Amino acid sequence: MRPFEYARAGNVSEAGQLAGRFIAGGTNLLDLMKLEVEAPEKLVDITRLPLDKIEDTEDGGLRIGALVTNSDLAADPRIRRDYEVLSRALLAGASGQLRNKATTGGNLLQRTRCGYFYEPSQPCNKREPGSGCGAIGGFNRIHAILGTSDKCIATHPSDMAVAMQALEATVETQKTDGSTREIPLIEFHRLSGDTPEIETVLEPGELITAVRLPKSQGGNQVYRKVRDRASYAFALVSVAAVVKMDGGKIEWARLAFGGLAHKPWRNHDLEAALKGEAPSSALFDKAADILLADAKGQGENDFKIPLARRTLKAVLAQATKGA
Amino acid sequence: MNKHVMNEAIGETRLDRGTQGVIGKGVDRYEGKLKVSGLAPYAYEHLAGEDVAYGFVVPGAIGRGAIKSVDASKAEALPGVLAVISGDKITRASSQPMAPAAQTIDGEVFHYNQPVALVIADSFETARHASHLVKVEYEAKKGRYDITARETVREPDPMPMEPVNERGDFEKAFAAAEVQFDETYTTPSYHAAAMEPHASVAKFDGDTLTVWTSCQLLESGVGQIAAGAGIDQEKVRVHSPYIGGGFGSKLGTSPDAVLSALGAMTVGKPVKIALTRQNVFQATSRRGETIQRIRIGATRDGKIACFAHECDTTNSPGNGFFEPSGISSVFLYAGKDRRIAHNLVETDCLMTSAVRAPGEATGMLATEGALDELADRLGIDPIEFREMNEPEVNPQDDTPFSSRKLIECMDEGAKRFGWDKRPATPASRREGEWLIGYGMASASRANSLMQSSAEIEMSPDGRATVRTAMTDIGTGTYTILQQIAAEMLGLPLDQVDVELGDTALPPSSGSGGSWGANSAGSSVYVAAEAVIAQFAKRLDVEADTLTLKDGHAIAGNRQIPFSEILNGESLSVTGTIEPGDTSESTHQASYGAHFCEVAVNAVTGETRIRRLLTVGAAGRILNLKTATSQCYGGQIWGIGYALEEELVIDTRNGLLVNHDLAEYHVPVHADVPKLDVVLLEERDRYASPLAGKGIGELAIAGVGAAINNAIYNATGVRVRDYPITMDKLLAGLPDDIDAAA
Ligand SMILES: Cc1cc2nc3c(=O)[nH]c(=O)nc-3n(C[C@H](O)[C@H](O)[C@H](O)COP(=O)(O)OP(=O)(O)OC[C@H]3O[C@@H](n4cnc5c(N)ncnc54)[C@H](O)[C@@H]3O)c2cc1C
Ligand code: SF4
Repeated sequence: MRPFEYARAGNVSEAGQLAGRFIAGGTNLLDLMKLEVEAPEKLVDITRLPLDKIEDTEDGGLRIGALVTNSDLAADPRIRRDYEVLSRALLAGASGQLRNKATTGGNLLQRTRCGYFYEPSQPCNKREPGSGCGAIGGFNRIHAILGTSDKCIATHPSDMAVAMQALEATVETQKTDGSTREIPLIEFHRLSGDTPEIETVLEPGELITAVRLPKSQGGNQVYRKVRDRASYAFALVSVAAVVKMDGGKIEWARLAFGGLAHKPWRNHDLEAALKGEAPSSALFDKAADILLADAKGQGENDFKIPLARRTLKAVLAQATKGA
Repeated sequence: MNKHVMNEAIGETRLDRGTQGVIGKGVDRYEGKLKVSGLAPYAYEHLAGEDVAYGFVVPGAIGRGAIKSVDASKAEALPGVLAVISGDKITRASSQPMAPAAQTIDGEVFHYNQPVALVIADSFETARHASHLVKVEYEAKKGRYDITARETVREPDPMPMEPVNERGDFEKAFAAAEVQFDETYTTPSYHAAAMEPHASVAKFDGDTLTVWTSCQLLESGVGQIAAGAGIDQEKVRVHSPYIGGGFGSKLGTSPDAVLSALGAMTVGKPVKIALTRQNVFQATSRRGETIQRIRIGATRDGKIACFAHECDTTNSPGNGFFEPSGISSVFLYAGKDRRIAHNLVETDCLMTSAVRAPGEATGMLATEGALDELADRLGIDPIEFREMNEPEVNPQDDTPFSSRKLIECMDEGAKRFGWDKRPATPASRREGEWLIGYGMASASRANSLMQSSAEIEMSPDGRATVRTAMTDIGTGTYTILQQIAAEMLGLPLDQVDVELGDTALPPSSGSGGSWGANSAGSSVYVAAEAVIAQFAKRLDVEADTLTLKDGHAIAGNRQIPFSEILNGESLSVTGTIEPGDTSESTHQASYGAHFCEVAVNAVTGETRIRRLLTVGAAGRILNLKTATSQCYGGQIWGIGYALEEELVIDTRNGLLVNHDLAEYHVPVHADVPKLDVVLLEERDRYASPLAGKGIGELAIAGVGAAINNAIYNATGVRVRDYPITMDKLLAGLPDDIDAAA
């Protein structure tokens, strides 16, 4: 760990001006700092900021403070009642100890678990732009099959963000100049493209203050995570589904996918294809065809293509049951 | 000298009589309270509060090559850095068990992330950061990283078994067999991943060196540290009182042991080194990956005529140790013509060494799967098939078995498990999304006895203290030694103390190969017999006629407290056990059978263990609780080996890719169902004076195969490439996913 300066942000507007790297739960950042994969010169501790509340919003939704822990968020009665998919996704992630420390803002910004990213002696365009990609042609079991580039095939590892994507969440931020903005989550993370080191649309020093969930639209909510052990493993494939049924037909469906891409994945064509249709095996196959049309395996992760199809079909079958 | 050589079967002993009633009981751990309250110091915690320095290992950045230069100037310039040690003396990895010394780097890189230098600083954090500032230039060479490429094949050392065991003419018998089975299984590399990372603290007082380290075998450890540090063995004392798991990875001393000594020598004060979890994966030792070809010739009605088990495994240059996957194939099943053979493929990866149940842990994943496959092809129940091929004597050399309850284990297990309810055909039982299957496998683990000594000191008040340089790696050694001494001497447990893990104490076998309890335990038995002989002499009676209970000697109608016999003085005796003729005249092993029910998700191929039962027979059980815990551990390892563990080698450069516990998956609680363990009554009078056999490694042998066999029964898919991850099952799973949901 490189020696760093430490400052504690006393209030929200000051945080960005302190011009350092924010640290919240530290469950991702500290691990990376120990390996010097990350080496910020200054840490700005934001844990004392009053961003740890879950508030009702005027439009009937919720505003989740950036410092609300994953444990508290999963246990909140409003989340459990109206946004069940989010509670389930959170509880499928990490371990009890980590969830007690991990925050909503930090979870969105956690970095990939690619083994080559974690090994400083290996080439990695994300860690060291221009050095190459160790995972291409290497051990890439956990890597992406959608939206990859020849620079980086890493995935975003979050479960929480996948559920939030299906719930059409937005991210509230404050820039260093004190101005605020609200970014739809779908636009928040970027694909790797030519600059895998740039993972979100955040500007330097921009602080996440909250995540907003729109008013619950009801519907059947399912989160399914497929992984290499029963708990405490990142998703190989995960599917978050919110599906509204109407008289035996799908009124609308929102689906998001984890483990497949550099960002929590959503595909509007797929959702459009389901709209107004009666559930059937053929329809689910068609949805999977749309999702996986451009899927590309990297060798070790080829299985994710059939696995994603099967998981999606099972989730749709479950989410389209009942009214 | 009070010595017992195991030349013949032991007769009835005080342990059989059980007058004190403590032997075998599942009593709590002797050191349990210290451990759960944090008062048991592990290696790194010694010298807390003293003026010490901290070492941090610099891992190399290539797979194979020469070190051209080491530029430590930036690191040395960092305030707080005391020294950067580089050069030939740096150790490559751990020492092989009982080897005279660890290999040194001699200017080269032999495997990816090999230690190339050591930074010493006044804080751990400074040392760690400085490790990134050491600039090493390499001249890379082409390395060999892929076992399947077989670039260099050589014969391994004849340890722990002869690499080749043959009888008759296998090829001829196989060619003539009515039914020929020929399949190849593979197992990946594994890591022991003990909870306590390898760590050491080294301190010089003048020219004598004390090292607190986490080590299973202290006798050879002293020599390895002395050799590595270049000092006289007589000047080295090693302490290892508490160890947070070893599983073979601490049989030889780890790099931190030698490096902390070199560091302390350089900076003139004690040096502490705890390997990081990454270092542990990169720079200690690992289990070799294997390729195992199994050929079995049988008659159509299920008699095995011939058996071949041919294995490739890996090790690095200069290392002859091999994963002896065929170790149980030598004696487990009948068959006149046999060939068990091992080759070593030399690769430029971290050296391979012993990990819990070397041989059985990987070999039985293959053989017990093969037996199941063959039974299935022959249309015979797998238990019946094994029973039909139960040998009467060791099929390799006709020696009698010292004791063998394999069939009893299978029968008892089948009854308790409800084996008769096994789905008769594969892929025929389904509960919603889940495909249900049953599987079983045999277990065996070769038994051995090692020379070991212990002292018993009777203090004037009649208490006993047991002292030996034995280690307790979390298995329960303190407790069983206390129980053996208490039972033999007729003392309540709280009247017996145990001191371990110090090379100033009588030399011991150490912990490894499941020999610890029998070897160290027998030395305590011998010492206790010597105490009793002294008591008898003082009371002028024959030792045999003395009954000892609750601190009293009972001779005829006399009942004399020990304190009276001791007459105000203490009495100290040392006992030694030595293996003898029975190791040759009988074949000794522990046996067991595993039964497993799995549910495989029909959509995703994720496997969940529903039930796991192990029935074992390992001679006298010294403590039911610790023995059962050992079996639980073995079962859990078996779950890991069957479903998730794999140390991934990047065959382009030798990198061990998943070198932390987030990505090297060991089972978590949610992977483990309620475990059942049943231990059968058995006494093995050839194995040791305790009539016990090793149990620490028995339960891992074959568990993974029982799981594999259950997965086959559930899905109809046979996987021969461990671990059985979902990707290997997907293609064979049903397509009617919507119905499943
Ligand atoms: C072994 C292990 C297993 C795990 N398994 C899972 C899993 O299965 N599923 C899953 O989803 N996650 C998993 N995680 C990841 C875990 O959820 C994240 O580490 C955690 O959510 C990060 O939150 P934090 O508050 O600790 O972030 P920190 O580590 O404090 O910060 C992470 C990043 O976010 C930035 N940051 C933090 N807060 C803000 C803010 N308000 N505004 C702007 N920037 C900010 C930091 O600068 C840093 O770059 C696992 C982690 C570990 C170590
Ligand atoms: S996949 Fe991305 S993170 Fe992984 S090595 Fe390649 S560039 Fe780095």
